[in-house]
Formats: sequence, C-alpha cells, structure tokens
Amino acid sequence: MPGAGELRVLRRRIRSIKSTQKITRAMELIAASRISRARRAVEAARPYSQGITRVIRDLASEGEVASHPLIREHDVVRRVGVVVISSDRGLAGAYNTNVLRRSERLIKEERDAGREVALYAVGRKAETYFRYRGERPVRVWGGVTDRPSYDDAVKIAEELGRAYWNQDINRVWLGFTQFRSALTQVSTTRKIMPVDPRELAGGEAGFPAQFTFEPNPQALLEELIPRYVEHQLYAALLESSASEHASRQRAMKAATDNAGDILHDLTREANRARQAAITTEISEIVGGAEALAAE
Amino acid sequence: MALEVDVVSAEARLFQGEATAVYARSTDGELGILPGHTPMLVGLVTGPVRIATPDGEGVIVAVHRGFLKCRDDHVNILADTAELAADIDIARAEAARERALSHLSQDDYPGDARAELARAETRLRVVNGDVSI
Repeated sequence: MPGAGELRVLRRRIRSIKSTQKITRAMELIAASRISRARRAVEAARPYSQGITRVIRDLASEGEVASHPLIREHDVVRRVGVVVISSDRGLAGAYNTNVLRRSERLIKEERDAGREVALYAVGRKAETYFRYRGERPVRVWGGVTDRPSYDDAVKIAEELGRAYWNQDINRVWLGFTQFRSALTQVSTTRKIMPVDPRELAGGEAGFPAQFTFEPNPQALLEELIPRYVEHQLYAALLESSASEHASRQRAMKAATDNAGDILHDLTREANRARQAAITTEISEIVGGAEALAAE
Repeated sequence: MALEVDVVSAEARLFQGEATAVYARSTDGELGILPGHTPMLVGLVTGPVRIATPDGEGVIVAVHRGFLKCRDDHVNILADTAELAADIDIARAEAARERALSHLSQDDYPGDARAELARAETRLRVVNGDVSI
C-alpha cells in the first residue's frame, strides 16, 4: 500500500515532536517561576546597596577616602582579573553567547594594552567556552548562578580580594548581564576593583562635628569598602541569574511555539497521507472487484 | 519622638518602622539608642539586636557583623547577614552549634570556627529570647 509507510514515518515524527514540546513547555514554566523569584531577590538586595553607598559617601566626604588601597588606582597595572558570570546550563537563547563575547572583547582589549589577564569563571558555560579557546581559568565556580546566595558572593569576593591584596592582580573586571526588564537584558562589563571614587563622591556635606565613630572613621571605611565590593558582586550575580531565567523562558517559549507550528504542518501532511492511503485502498478494492466482475 | 529604624541585610530588608529604643552590640561594647541620641556610625559584631517597638512588643534580630548608623533619630542597620528571631530554625541552629564546636576542636580547620560558634550561639539566644541587652 503506498502512503502507509509515509504515514508511519509522519506519526513517529509527530510523537517525537510532541514529547520535545512537553519538555520545552515544562522548561518555560520552570524558568517563568524562577524569574519572579530572581527578580524579588534583585529588589530585596537594593536597600542594602543603597544604604552602604550612602554611608560610604558620607564617610568619604569626611576623610581622605582616596588613600584606601581598594580605591586608589595602581600606577602600573600588570595583571587584571576578569570575572565572567555565565550560566551552568545552556538552552537559554543568546544569554551566554552575549556575555561571553562581551567579556572576550574586554580580555582582548586588556591584552592589547599589554596586560596579563587572570580569568575567573562563574558558571560552567564560561568555563567550557574559554577552555575551548585555550584559556585557563584561575578558578571556576559552578552551581552558583541558578540561585545565588550572599555567601556565594562572599566566597568569590574573598578569593578576588586575596589576589588583589597580594598584588597578583591590580584590577578586577566583572562581565555580567544586567536585568533591565523581562524583555531586555544587556551584557556589560564593570570595574569593581579598585572602586571608582566617582561612585562614592557626592556625599552629604559631612557628618556633624559631634558625630561618634566606633572604632574610627578609617577603620570603618576599611570594613565598609570590601562589603561594598562584595555587594556589587552579589547584585551582579542576582541580575545575571534573573537574566538567565528570562532568557531561558523566552527561548523555551519560542521552541514550544515552533514545535506547535511543526506539529500543525505535520498533522496536515499526515492527514493527507492517510487520505491518500485510503483512496488508494478503495481504488484497489474497486479495481479488484471490477476485475472479478469482468471475468 | 520615636526612632525610625531600618534593618537591612545583604539579602533583604528585615524591619522598617518606628521604635522607642534600639539595643545592639558594637565593636566597642553594648549600645543602647534612645530618641535624641548623638549621631554616630559604629561597626557591629555578631550578636542580637533588640528593637523596642511602641506597642510594647519587641523585635529581635540576630545580626552577624555589620554597621549601625544613627542620625536625626534615623537608625539604619546594615548587616552582612541577619535573621529575624521568628525565621530561625532551632534544630538547624543547634546543628550549626554542634558543627562549630567540632570545628573548634580540630586544629587544622580552615574556616573561622570561633565566628561560626558565635553565630550559632547568637541565633539560639535570639530564638530563646535570652537577650540580656
């Protein structure tokens, strides 16, 4: 029977696409639920970030903030650290590609300026991408990006801080993805060490004279600035995570829709094949019956 | 006159509202703030922070290092980590204390076992309402 084989093949494809569609739809829904959680985390972290910026600003307008080692730009920058925040898993559309390309460009710029680059990868995708291109990340953190905690940020910041204090690296860049809205995420790079004094400028003109400091302004500043850096890293992790989930949701929605389109076409084709098969069958029966009648 | 208190940890805002007094542990010792306090900025060590609210109730927060800023009756607490007494899981806090104690007896433990113990004990004190400040 012509057509029956074709029909079997079509039915098999329909089944396989349907099961793929189930998977992509499930991933879409999971990503959607994670976005709202990730967005809440971004929002929840904002008061601390505003608070600490304000305290440092006020304190900085008091004393000589520029003398702090985490603020002063080194005269000679020999080696820079680049921290790239990607995801652990793929299927997130262009999310990883964008941030990895952006960071790669930055690495090239630093190398062209004659500086060495120490690469730190957050997320497995950054690790595999750069290893494939012959880079050797100094350190890789996995299992962080799906749902970053403050402890994760502290862990990473401590390692960077140590390298910075030891003068292994004299500058630290962060490559991450800014979460603007569910539709817009922008991959970007930002220098987190040394802290740009301009970020901390513009404090309220001084603390009143009777202001008490415990232990003392300089010691407080020395505690505050590392916290500030930690929190910037934490905020970048959170924004990247929200971007990852938003990107994945979009990619999976597109995949689910595409699967629907293909299913539509295939069902059409299968119906046509089925009808053709039936038509052939009938004409064969009729033909057979006529042949018998003719005898 | 009341205090405007805002307690924020790195991960979330924990408390915002009026208070009649705030008690905390600074790097130099224990500290009580009443309305009209002189402006100050202090570092906080691991310990409980008690906020006396106008309804006579209190809010207790376990704070693990941070800063307290007081200015014009606005008290801002920026904590590295902080937990409301109501959110603390006693069983987990107990387990953390046991872990910290065993770390303390290991000579080669890489982390700061003392800090871990202080955290765990603060958590337990906060949950049990044993806040003698």
